[in-house]
Amino acid sequence: MRIYADNAATTKMSRTAVEAMLPYLSQIYGNPSSLHSAGQEAAQALFAARQTVAEQLGCEARELTFTSGGSEADNMALVSAAMLGARKGKKHIISTAFEHHAVLHTLARLEKQGFEVTLLDVHENGLVTAQDVEQALRPDTCLVSVMYANNEIGTIQPIAQIGALCRERGVLFHTDAVQAAGHLPINVAEQNIDLLSLSAHKFHGPKGVGALYARRGIALTNLIEGGAQERGKRAGTENIPGIVSMAAALQEACAGMEKNAAYVTALRDRLIEGLSKIPHGALNGDRTHRLPGNVSFCFEGIEGESLLLLLDDKGICASSGSACTSGSLDPSHVLLAIGRPHEVAHGSLRLTLCEENTAEEVDEIIRAVTETVEYLRGFSPVWRDLQSGKRDYILK
Amino acid sequence: MALYSETVMDHFRNPRNVGVIENADGVGEVGNAKCGDIMKIYLKIENDTIADVKFETFGCGSAIASSSMATEMIKGKPVSEAMKLTNKAVAEALDGLPAHKLHCSVLAEEAIKAALQDYYEKNGIPYDKTQFPDCAHCGHCEK
Repeated sequence: MRIYADNAATTKMSRTAVEAMLPYLSQIYGNPSSLHSAGQEAAQALFAARQTVAEQLGCEARELTFTSGGSEADNMALVSAAMLGARKGKKHIISTAFEHHAVLHTLARLEKQGFEVTLLDVHENGLVTAQDVEQALRPDTCLVSVMYANNEIGTIQPIAQIGALCRERGVLFHTDAVQAAGHLPINVAEQNIDLLSLSAHKFHGPKGVGALYARRGIALTNLIEGGAQERGKRAGTENIPGIVSMAAALQEACAGMEKNAAYVTALRDRLIEGLSKIPHGALNGDRTHRLPGNVSFCFEGIEGESLLLLLDDKGICASSGSACTSGSLDPSHVLLAIGRPHEVAHGSLRLTLCEENTAEEVDEIIRAVTETVEYLRGFSPVWRDLQSGKRDYILK
Repeated sequence: MALYSETVMDHFRNPRNVGVIENADGVGEVGNAKCGDIMKIYLKIENDTIADVKFETFGCGSAIASSSMATEMIKGKPVSEAMKLTNKAVAEALDGLPAHKLHCSVLAEEAIKAALQDYYEKNGIPYDKTQFPDCAHCGHCEK
């Protein structure tokens, strides 16, 4: 038996999403740019899908650009806003230290091109505040980009307040809503969002498809040049099966949001409670301002990759922010941003649940994690030093 | 394709020689917690031979497997032979390690050498200091 608890990495496609896609693989396969009836059937599907996604976000269909996923949407949002800013001589961008790399690496590239980037520190609870943003605003700030919910520790940022502040100051506001879409309420008008990125496979849709919302009047910069698809802003024949399926998945997720959130939050809390009994461990991020399915812990004296591999042997799929799982020397920038020291960040474990998980699975996870942490500590020289008092505990 | 070879996974799942030797003749510890891996090797040496060896490791799957394999490779061997253990030999015995995990085999070699150095020091045995590079030389912990 396998327990899948890595839904922040990706989700299983829902039956609705799969069924929505199927006709577009072999029956309605025309190119929406073709004038013949086969093409126009596909164009009709694209039109309807755009309408559906727009309804879920509270925007107009023409404000949406379909992309290859969240990363492309993030890249396009930031580059577009930066270009608009540069035209007015505004070349300062505010973001946070714990954004996804799709945002951070794009910002690093913009920095090389002469933009100045302020990355806000994140508070220990994994939150930034509108006040933090306000203090960093400058007359030449052209863009603020703050994620809706963090992908590793699940903390939910006060984006409506940040959006209101930016609107008042006339600064564009982008939010990477990849982890939030389909899980948390989104209304771009009410939340004063100018640009928003989402990815289908995080809400039981297919991989390789996402969307960028850009408020009417915000001119986008092409990342891909070519044909006139997506109002000339994103060339390439549209991924019709993916887009249709994403629309169906988002509609389903939004319709079931309240019910799913209540169910998954209860599972999450059960898991947090169970794992909190492991000594010298700690939950990462705020206890309540977090995604319904996100549980992130650090355990002192062990290393995350070995924990993951042993959990996998027990049929549990999880994730870690340890350096060894990332292929780099440093542990997760998110855990470092909330102030976890390196040695603690190496011992991190992320479990992300969805509505398909059960309380029995959660109990099994608690048993397996407790047992495995204890086993690994049993031959960890760090744990020995902590126990003998040679080294001080960081997590009390 | 799996990240690790079958041999790595076997030594990771069923590590050999795990534990501590009380009153060991030589103890070596390398790595640091900040980098995410520490290896500690305990040696019992009788008649110039590694009579027993145990290890404790804080680290990833390949760190644990490398420690396990390295201890297997020196157990029962003359000290002079243990001194010749290379990280390359450990990695080869494990049927290879991913490129970014090779430093785990380096740590294993260094942990054993550190334990042997400790043995020489404790017993006043003269030895060639150039044989014992500082663990920091691999640059893994440098940033």
